[in-house]
Amino acid sequence: MLRVSNLTVSFGPPGERIPIVQGVDFQLERGRILGIVGESGSGKSVTCLALMKLLGKTATVGGTAELDGENLLALDEPAMVKARGHKIAMIFQDPAAALNPVRSIGWQLGEAIGLNRSNGVPQSGEGARDRAIQLLRDVGMPDPERRLKEYPHQLSGGMNQRALIAMMLARSPKLLIADEPTTALDVTIQAQILRLLLDLRERLSMTIMLISHDLGVIAETCDQVAVMYCGRIVEMGSASELFARPRHPYTVGLLNSRPRIDQQISTLKPIEGVVPSPYALPPGCAFAPRCSRSVSACKVAAPPLDERGAGHRVACFNPAEAAA
Amino acid sequence: MTAPETAATGPRPDSSGALLAVENLVRYFTVARAGLFGRRQTVKAVDDISFSIRKGEVLGIVGESGCGKSSVAKAILNIHPPASGSVRFRETELTKLSLPDWRAMRRKIQYVFQDPLNSLDPRIRILDQVIEPLTIHGIGSRRARTDKAIAILEAVGLSQVHHKKFPHELSGGQQQRVVLARALVLEPEIIICDEPISALDVSIQAQVVQLLQKLRKEFGLTILFISHDLSIVRFLCDRVAVMYLGRIVELADTSALFDQPQHPYTKALISAIPIPVPGARSDRILLDGEPPSPINLPAGCRFNPRCGIAVPLCRQSEPALLGAGAHVTACHLAHGGTA
Repeated sequence: MLRVSNLTVSFGPPGERIPIVQGVDFQLERGRILGIVGESGSGKSVTCLALMKLLGKTATVGGTAELDGENLLALDEPAMVKARGHKIAMIFQDPAAALNPVRSIGWQLGEAIGLNRSNGVPQSGEGARDRAIQLLRDVGMPDPERRLKEYPHQLSGGMNQRALIAMMLARSPKLLIADEPTTALDVTIQAQILRLLLDLRERLSMTIMLISHDLGVIAETCDQVAVMYCGRIVEMGSASELFARPRHPYTVGLLNSRPRIDQQISTLKPIEGVVPSPYALPPGCAFAPRCSRSVSACKVAAPPLDERGAGHRVACFNPAEAAA
Repeated sequence: MTAPETAATGPRPDSSGALLAVENLVRYFTVARAGLFGRRQTVKAVDDISFSIRKGEVLGIVGESGCGKSSVAKAILNIHPPASGSVRFRETELTKLSLPDWRAMRRKIQYVFQDPLNSLDPRIRILDQVIEPLTIHGIGSRRARTDKAIAILEAVGLSQVHHKKFPHELSGGQQQRVVLARALVLEPEIIICDEPISALDVSIQAQVVQLLQKLRKEFGLTILFISHDLSIVRFLCDRVAVMYLGRIVELADTSALFDQPQHPYTKALISAIPIPVPGARSDRILLDGEPPSPINLPAGCRFNPRCGIAVPLCRQSEPALLGAGAHVTACHLAHGGTA
């Protein structure tokens, strides 16, 4: 189980730190999928990189992130190197950039298998080769024997993403962070990869954090959803509750901004204005300048993420009515 | 709405009254040979495509990456000259135009690319960016050009505070507004938009799409809208062509295409689009595999290796784009035929 408490991330030298993620709190049970949705600059990727401790020295990270009782954020680098891949793994938007362009898929899978000294699988030779083929088969890679000899540039985006997921599986992590894993893929391939993630959750009880800007992808794949805006979670709840009864004006605005494939509509209701820069966040609620429901309190203090029934939490002083 | 069987409107493609008529357009690309003694290989990016756009119409071309939708646009504009086929704009045959004639023609046919920042000159201020096309085409006096540019910037929602800014000082949505202003200031008869909102955030996409819809009403724009985003296409377009591996597989009025898709690829594509309702897509048609390489096309129908309902005929002959009225489909099985 993952328990993240008061996670904050800021960048820059002491005294001029720019807050990028502020007070992120959530819990995720084993085998559940949490979706984090938000636009560029909302802090969703930075949150994930903070959990992986991949942010580098310019970042200051506060709070705790306990995975099965162990605070990842307190681990030193050697311990974190061991934890990455084995306890917590990440896949990215551009699989080709995450793979080594001058090594074959088989070599890279062998490397991942060789790093795993816990499951009794031979780390080289025929045994490792069989394991690599098995992993590729598990992720639905077509023609796995042939793929071992091929290089990332010879594979399609969808196949590269499958290869990355296979490498991740080689070390059977407890928590998988998938950062926009299907954004660079075509929709028919996206459907295949999302099905694969659901399948991994089913077979291996893997816990997954899925980052996406696409509300449709989140709704179809996730059990729980967190909506982020300017570094804060503004709304959180079960997927069924949140999509049926969105309360935060930003969530409502996002849902109204996208035409839907299953509906014929004549007008869109875009959110006016743009996401503010982290260097010039407005006082109070960061969404207030774009919000049609803002009241005077919104400009004074950021609203707390309050419980509004059945695990549904909303950070808003004047939330939308809960539609039936 | 289409009335099948009854509303036949003459031979296809029906280009009477069309502003732009594309007929049997072909564009192949030669790729490097495989090895020193290998044969030169050909990518059939656009393989015998016909469609037409009426004045004031928004036609969408959808399809996945590599299906040739951008190549169609570039062939129309002679950026990649077509190998064969005809592109007629009013009475002018575009494929036979000389380069100087093309320069004048581009005033009437404007192109909007996906990445707005790359479409703008980083060293020129916004107002001057919009004046530049008028200067190039020698339209109006200096004073008139400036007035016109200011008016068009106003129409796309950019005020005086933006005039003196440089492109990098604007947000992505504002940059795309400038690109649209640059295209519109020439009063083109058609604008070709190639994935104009794909690089933008969701809330900004909605602003630009709404702007396109407003401009369309205001200026009576004719738009060829190329996109992989079917939800936006459904919202914005009057008619939609679905492309797969260089061919149009289905072309219909928007409502007919989304409510009664006929081609199995169109059905799968629509079914693959996620919607923000948990559990609503349990009946998804999941396509196996990936599109084959456009270098080695399968025999028969290009979609047959991934098609769930293919019959032996589909592996033998390539279906033609047929249908009654405005709804045409390239599928042996869509017209009640069996093998």
